[in-house]
Amino acid sequence: METIDTTSTHAAYDSKIEGNIIFTQVDAAINWMRKNSLWPMPMGLACCAIELMATASSRFDISRFGMEVMRFSPRQSDVMIVAGTVTYKMALAVKRVWDQMPEPKWCIAMGACASSGGMYRSYAVLQGIDQLIPVDVYISGCPPRPEALIEGLMKLQEKIEKESSTMDQKRTFFEENA
Amino acid sequence: MSATNDIPALRLELGEGILSENEFRGENTLNVSLAALPKALTFCKEKLNYELLLDISSLDHFGDDPRFEIVYELASLDDTRHLRFKAKVSEDESVPTAIHLWKAADWHEREVWDMMGIPFSGHPNLKRILMWEGYPFFPLRKDFPLAGRPTDMPDVAFTGVAPLEGGPFVTAPGGETIAKREPRARHQE
Repeated sequence: METIDTTSTHAAYDSKIEGNIIFTQVDAAINWMRKNSLWPMPMGLACCAIELMATASSRFDISRFGMEVMRFSPRQSDVMIVAGTVTYKMALAVKRVWDQMPEPKWCIAMGACASSGGMYRSYAVLQGIDQLIPVDVYISGCPPRPEALIEGLMKLQEKIEKESSTMDQKRTFFEENA
Repeated sequence: MSATNDIPALRLELGEGILSENEFRGENTLNVSLAALPKALTFCKEKLNYELLLDISSLDHFGDDPRFEIVYELASLDDTRHLRFKAKVSEDESVPTAIHLWKAADWHEREVWDMMGIPFSGHPNLKRILMWEGYPFFPLRKDFPLAGRPTDMPDVAFTGVAPLEGGPFVTAPGGETIAKREPRARHQE
């Protein structure tokens, strides 16, 4: 016999737990969690990597944004920071590491070289990592200062905030079962 | 003491192999024929005690014959002597390896092969060192464009042509004003 709990009331009216419960949408909650614990995959290939290291260390301290967990394993990371010159020899290795990262994942092209090849108009250098993997945020500079990288990461946070993954899943689910 | 003192011994050893000599600001350069090069290097290592091979580099005199020139920089470990050998290499010739004299020659010769395409006979592992195995061009040759040429090797690497946007932009050192020294697009004749 199925029993229905008729004693429960609306949470907001329960004085014992009121204040500990927040009403929100699933998307908003997921986005909030995602954006505040972005684990970076540092793809340091040139001098930009020095600025990336400075960003991670105490003076600039990206742990303020929950991003201090630099993962050198792509399977545990959320955002790939391509910092530096991507040569053609390295390009497919970068792509391979990117392919190993689980969804959802984001990519930041840090600095002129990763964004467009920079000053290396040459036979050896890939003219922008966006030719191989989708880039969410481009950061200008040669190399960018840590403040610029933090600004880029905050821009990425704003982008993540606006995502609607569960809503999209729901929509496709209904469309497929219509 | 400098390498100048070793020149008479080298003259005696190589004879006709030395094509010309040059001393500029204390640097001694010997232009030798390719046939005399192995003998010259062996003599320097074993008799004159040049323990160190600093560099092997190469030049492309595009349009000349022989086309290439290979440059060996030798030094002694006490840093008192520095000697340079140059030899002309034509396109269908190969240079005898110097690995048995200096282990350092291994990577230098691979780099020369990779960038300029001069083969070394007797090298145990003559493959590319900077570009990937299978890359079809020699990028430092004069007839190779700066922007590169497209290649495609699935699963290994690919290259494209870099946009130069009117470039390449080159500086003119020694220009009278800053404006003239600035990097500018090279004038196309």
